[in-house]
Amino acid sequence: MARAVTSRRKAINTAAAWTVGLLIFFPILWTILTSFKTEAQAIADPPIFLGFDWTLENYRVVQERSDYMSFLWNSVIIAGGSTLLGVLIAVPAAWSMAFVPSKRTKDILLWMLSTKMLPAVGVLYPIYLICIELGLLDSRAALVVILMLINLPIIVWMLYTYFREIPGEILEASRMDGAGLKEEILHVLTPMAIPGIASTILLNFILAWNEAFWTLNLTAANAAPLTAFIASYSSPEGLFYAKLSAASTMAIAPILILGWFSQKQLVRGLTFGAVK
Amino acid sequence: MRLKRVLGATTALTLCSAAAFAQDTTITIATVNNGDMVRMQGYTDEFTAQTGIGVEWVTLEENVLRQRVTTDITTRGGQFDIMTIGMYETPIWGANGWLVPLDDLSDEYDVNDILPAMRDGLSHEGTLYAAPFYGESSMIMYRTDLMEEAGLEMPDAPTWQFIREAAAAMDNDEEDINGICLRGKAGWGEGGAFITVTANSFGARWFDENWDPQFDQPEWAEAVTFFKTLMDDYGPAGYATNGFNENLSLFQQGKCGMWIDATVAASFVTNPEDSTVADHVGFALAPNSEGVEKRANWLWAWALAIPAGTQQQDAAKQFIEWATSKDYIELVAENEGWANVPPGARTSLYETAEYQEVPFAQKTLDSINAADPTDPTVEPVPYVGIQFVAIPEFAGIASQVSQEFSAAYAGQQTVEEALEKAQAITVEEMEAAGY
Repeated sequence: MARAVTSRRKAINTAAAWTVGLLIFFPILWTILTSFKTEAQAIADPPIFLGFDWTLENYRVVQERSDYMSFLWNSVIIAGGSTLLGVLIAVPAAWSMAFVPSKRTKDILLWMLSTKMLPAVGVLYPIYLICIELGLLDSRAALVVILMLINLPIIVWMLYTYFREIPGEILEASRMDGAGLKEEILHVLTPMAIPGIASTILLNFILAWNEAFWTLNLTAANAAPLTAFIASYSSPEGLFYAKLSAASTMAIAPILILGWFSQKQLVRGLTFGAVK
Repeated sequence: MRLKRVLGATTALTLCSAAAFAQDTTITIATVNNGDMVRMQGYTDEFTAQTGIGVEWVTLEENVLRQRVTTDITTRGGQFDIMTIGMYETPIWGANGWLVPLDDLSDEYDVNDILPAMRDGLSHEGTLYAAPFYGESSMIMYRTDLMEEAGLEMPDAPTWQFIREAAAAMDNDEEDINGICLRGKAGWGEGGAFITVTANSFGARWFDENWDPQFDQPEWAEAVTFFKTLMDDYGPAGYATNGFNENLSLFQQGKCGMWIDATVAASFVTNPEDSTVADHVGFALAPNSEGVEKRANWLWAWALAIPAGTQQQDAAKQFIEWATSKDYIELVAENEGWANVPPGARTSLYETAEYQEVPFAQKTLDSINAADPTDPTVEPVPYVGIQFVAIPEFAGIASQVSQEFSAAYAGQQTVEEALEKAQAITVEEMEAAGY
């Protein structure tokens, strides 16, 4: 009897998990399906789910109109560069806050987080003017630094949380064995926090990949990443939903593939320290 | 002999460097994503072949583009050599000295061929600051088959009262046909533009001659109440969130008896590839309220302008002359047919016999000619612009005001409440701006 209840509960949980998963995935699935429709089929009412003539025409048009690889390369450099630079700065910062906290550590952490509450548009003009002065408008370097600064509070917070789960005694033991600060961070702390660091890198890479305010406002023809690629297919005067869907599918495909292959690492990192 | 050699060498060097300069010159153009602009991008190679000037495109969604080019021009960022801007920005930016005047265009360009309404709307104190790539007004698009079934005939220039009668006759819940589809979506360029021209056609205005807001006047109450009642009775469900694209989609699927919107939509709804009602579409001038001389049609142009900070002024001018020329129109007509040429910019286009055969050509021209941005309302006003007021504060004010109207359409507040709030918002913002 108990066994039957358990299997029934298991089945209900599985069904609920699948339902929630499908609901979350449905907008992406719909975008992918729409990318294979004609513009007329894309706006059909009632909507057509699968019974349409599949076409690659939208992908052909998008490929013909835009240099996809250039946008993709810019996205990789900007998202990758800003994430790696952020982690390099955040690891020592999180170490000091987790293992050598001062009276003000909590205040600093909260202050760092509070910078995320500033609406980006509030500092658009100052940052735009700084970029003009430094000759960095429409450059990947400017976006690497700006996106790193935007995501730094999150990176520090995540790493701080993971580091706090590591017993300080282990680091003390390494110090007693003669390890300096560099060895302690590089050879003792980092290997133990690898799942946490990996999930931090992945999450921030996704955040930087999807960032649309600064990447649209500070780029033109040279440094524009995939967010600008999508924006070039959106139109309030004309129905180009199928082409927009094709462009969106091409823009999210790399990050979907990355997420798919690294999902184990991501889940492991996000639940790191959740169960002791 | 020696002098000759020196002269020869100098000439050769000059020619080589000129050629090298031409090949090395590349201009960057910011533009919107719509059919005509995308088509222009496809012909860029022709321009490069003729002039040796390379072109890089930055195509953005309209609102993103507006924010992007505004940031760049106000900071003199110099990211773009040509910007695609509209009739709202051009006179304001021209007056601020942010744009290069287009007062030395070549004779072959024939600047006098630009439609007078477009030329006036893109000028400041008589100086042209942007060349129209395409222009539009608004008009009625209606289903000829449904009108016939209803036993009605659409006049060339109907009144709102007739429009209501026709909407009632064509509305059919069983067949999922709405009598009329109109914009109710918040945003100064969406529902804000539509309710402004509707108000003009009921005798209302945004400001009196002393810049005092006029939402507390009976004409506004009459216009907004008429619009809401018409749409509540015969419009689609959720019309408060419908803009151009939503209505285009409904019309193309045969779910609207009438649609009053941009003339540029005519080519979409008559295209059999996308529209299920392509063979049954008629056109008429935008309506007015009985006895009011002004009609509910706007005037807009997407135009090409050169920001004052550019280092490539000559190359930019060459591109503008090419893209907005008569030759470009012929190039598109040759390759893609006359229905696909950019409309509403040049007088000569409407004198072309082939173009006169396009079903919506004459009504588009009539609608453009019926719009006068310098005299948009029944009572005199201190501003230029029909569906907008050409002052920098307008976009911000009208966005807020249109949100109040959309809330009234959605039933979240009454028309009276929306008008009271619109008046309060406008008074506050205008006082803060020093009017």
